[in-house]
Amino acid sequence: MEGPNTHPIRVMIAKVGLDGHDRGVKIVARCLRDAGMDVIYTGLHRTPEEVALAAVQEDVDILGISILSGAQMTVFPRVLELLRVQHGSDIAVVGGGVMPDEDVAELKRMGVSEILLQDTPPQAIVESMRRLVRERGPR
Amino acid sequence: MGRAIPPLALVQPVLEGRLSAVARMITHAESGEEDCQEALAEIYRHTGKAHVVGITGVPGSGKSALVTRLCKALRAGERSVGVIAIDPSSPFSGGSILGDRIRMNELVTDPGVFIRSMATRGALGGLARASLSGVDILDAAGYDVVLIETVGVGQDEIDVVQAVHTTLVVSAPGLGDDIQAIKAGVLEIADIHVVGKCDRSDAHRTVTDLKNMLAMGHGNSQGYGWQVPLIPTSSVSGEGIPELLAAIDGHLETLTSSGELEQRRRRIAQTRLLKSAENILRDQFQRHHDRQIAELTDRMMAGRTHPHAAAQILLNQFRSERKP
Repeated sequence: MEGPNTHPIRVMIAKVGLDGHDRGVKIVARCLRDAGMDVIYTGLHRTPEEVALAAVQEDVDILGISILSGAQMTVFPRVLELLRVQHGSDIAVVGGGVMPDEDVAELKRMGVSEILLQDTPPQAIVESMRRLVRERGPR
Repeated sequence: MGRAIPPLALVQPVLEGRLSAVARMITHAESGEEDCQEALAEIYRHTGKAHVVGITGVPGSGKSALVTRLCKALRAGERSVGVIAIDPSSPFSGGSILGDRIRMNELVTDPGVFIRSMATRGALGGLARASLSGVDILDAAGYDVVLIETVGVGQDEIDVVQAVHTTLVVSAPGLGDDIQAIKAGVLEIADIHVVGKCDRSDAHRTVTDLKNMLAMGHGNSQGYGWQVPLIPTSSVSGEGIPELLAAIDGHLETLTSSGELEQRRRRIAQTRLLKSAENILRDQFQRHHDRQIAELTDRMMAGRTHPHAAAQILLNQFRSERKP
């Protein structure tokens, strides 16, 4: 049993922009799958427009964006705005990757639900996803 | 716990084609929850306009890439397309990785294309339990064509044929010899045969094998006057895609003019009725009869009761409890 609707939590995992490092996201995708979630993987080099629209069509609970290129302060505000415009504000946006602490604080202020930095253990990632869906409640 | 938006309030936005409403309604259909059934019933009343096309074939035959090409060709003709792309759930964790979108990214920002990934969640036969409700929703939302991409199938997962108007079976070179082609099962259900990856040098052999199979028997002529065509395509170069689209449209015309379309609609309705009954029963058993199920399983394990007899006992108990 997963989440308030008793069906699997849906997560979209995306790589945005000119960042070809996808080993991490593939491992995250696999560990979420093994925790019983439906994971939609978009592949590399996506744009914020593609990712936001895909997340709305897929009606995911969580949109996870992995960034190792330093573009977080450009990508996340754009994705949040696009989700808002397309009635997707109840999708929790989670960031993953490597970024400075001050960016983490600023992104959370903007509305990113969680940032999971490097060295986050798989079980902690799974727990974060479950907690975010629990806190949101049924929809 | 109450929902943020009651499902019935989503019906009107779905009919108007609002993406977020269509998406949420499909989630409700997947959940199978009782409080969504009224909304799904309302949506069902607005279906019947879309041409529903199933795309099936072995894993790696190029179904997702073909769907992408087909969507583009349909869009060039200003037709809107809904896609339900199905991938398997893990039999162990129940989770899944749905990767069909990776090959469809270029379509995403086109508002005339709606793509939804679905996990099988234990359903066999190549479809997910909510696939057909998903088709209803896309149909009611006004998409002209709805494509269902099945999971990669083996030789016998043919549920799709009971669910769509037109079935495409995709074969690809390098996956088996001519004996594979004359076996029964998936190959027999095609309304249109597609050989993908025809940019590969060994594709002509697959085309020849399939042509021989079709020439051998009843395979290529269906009772209502349709000759099953075989169309070589390449999703890399786009070769064969216009011919494929013409065949899909031609099939719908033949279905309509021969009256076969009504027959198929009836068959789809009947299959769904029986499937729904089956699902309702299974849910009720699992929710309210765990104890009896456990007891009967014990008796079977002890070698005393045959599965059929155990099922009869379970059904009898179920009936007697429901009598007024």
